Amino acid sequence: MIEAELSRSVQRWCKGATGATSAAKLSGGASQETWRFDIVHPDGVIGAILRRSPKGYGAAPTRAAGLAAEAQLMQLAFEAGVPSPRVMHVLVPEDDLGTGFIMQRIEGETIARKILRDGEYAAARPLLARQIGGILAGLHWLPKDKLPELRSRGATQEISEFERDYRSLNWPKPVFELALRWLRDHDPGPSAETTLVHGDFRNGNLIIGADGVRAVLDWELAHLGDPMEDLGWVCVNSWRFGEIDKPVGGFGSREELFAGYEAAGRKVDPARVKFWEVMGTLRWGIMCGGMMQRFREGPDHSMERAMIGRRASETEIDLLRLLAPRGS
Amino acid sequence: MQDEPSPIELTKSVADFLRNDISPLITGHQAFKLRVAINILDLVTRQLTREEDSDAAEVGRLRALLGIDGSVTELNRVLADRIAKGELDLATPGLADHLWATTMDKLAVDQPNYASYRRELGRGW
Repeated sequence: MIEAELSRSVQRWCKGATGATSAAKLSGGASQETWRFDIVHPDGVIGAILRRSPKGYGAAPTRAAGLAAEAQLMQLAFEAGVPSPRVMHVLVPEDDLGTGFIMQRIEGETIARKILRDGEYAAARPLLARQIGGILAGLHWLPKDKLPELRSRGATQEISEFERDYRSLNWPKPVFELALRWLRDHDPGPSAETTLVHGDFRNGNLIIGADGVRAVLDWELAHLGDPMEDLGWVCVNSWRFGEIDKPVGGFGSREELFAGYEAAGRKVDPARVKFWEVMGTLRWGIMCGGMMQRFREGPDHSMERAMIGRRASETEIDLLRLLAPRGS
Repeated sequence: MQDEPSPIELTKSVADFLRNDISPLITGHQAFKLRVAINILDLVTRQLTREEDSDAAEVGRLRALLGIDGSVTELNRVLADRIAKGELDLATPGLADHLWATTMDKLAVDQPNYASYRRELGRGW
């Protein structure tokens, strides 16, 4: 069914294309879907990805940048040499596919546990922390005058927003309260420099091959803010998938991350990075609470959602390890 | 008093049946869902096994910290509130120890294989 629309669409903008096949939905909530498909072309099949909001789901959730902004950011990143898929087409009404865009499909692995354990990535793994530093620097260098319109968020606003989210759950958690107090006491204030922040740069949102990072995905939480936020988030223990002594996604050390970042001509502020790591840990914990609420109130009454609610305690032990380490 | 077998034994028997007899027969997305289901039953079994003792210990610590009595839920609300108001913090004797003990008890039920938990457990609890 979607192949008919895709076939008509690709023939309009992809020179020589004769149709689309092998469409399969990769993920999707009610308002946003990701599909893989192949563009049939006389020179050979072209792998493609569709990101879209189906018709009638135009509005983005409050924190999301929106698909149009995502497409623009990925294209900007691609042009600046940040590993990113090339955007091939931004959907127009004639496509009859809703709103969104079509991009080149990049082969590789996104499943964090495989990247951390499979032999195929063994040579790449020790290089990734430093490489990620360089990529984040590239991303933070993207020219601000070319960016789409994005929400702007500093540390102080983020603390208030997470506190509001947490209180709305009516889910008293002494460790989260402690973390909120710590964040308020250590709020670094506005950063000297405001840049593009990816917002969800972590192991799991990167396509990785034997040669390293091939693409940065999931730009939907992109915003303007403190560049150190991305460096802190990539270090959150939840994205180390068991490799807890390698803070950068389970790949390597903060020192390697920082060296890669500074080699690309940018400065690291380690105290701010730590602040954002604590913030990120709490952020994921509160998101687990949100999953519990969605399970309980019905929109997604799945076992998986229910079990994610039970992962909040992982962030509590990680917060205690950050804020009240034992034996110290 | 209810008859036996206990809820712990009953839940465990269902989990073992699904794990040993059903999961070899199932593949694909349904196999993934089945693993989640078994994980839930295992979690429930752990909670039924541990909750009474861990709640009692938690209430004991909370009474000492807060100087009041109440259910484990009520006392947790008061503790959260006092931390939010800045009346208690990490400098308060016993608070860090209490939060650690409570969190370790939660992980023992929720995610006993979580790496941070294994590490802390190895330091001796």
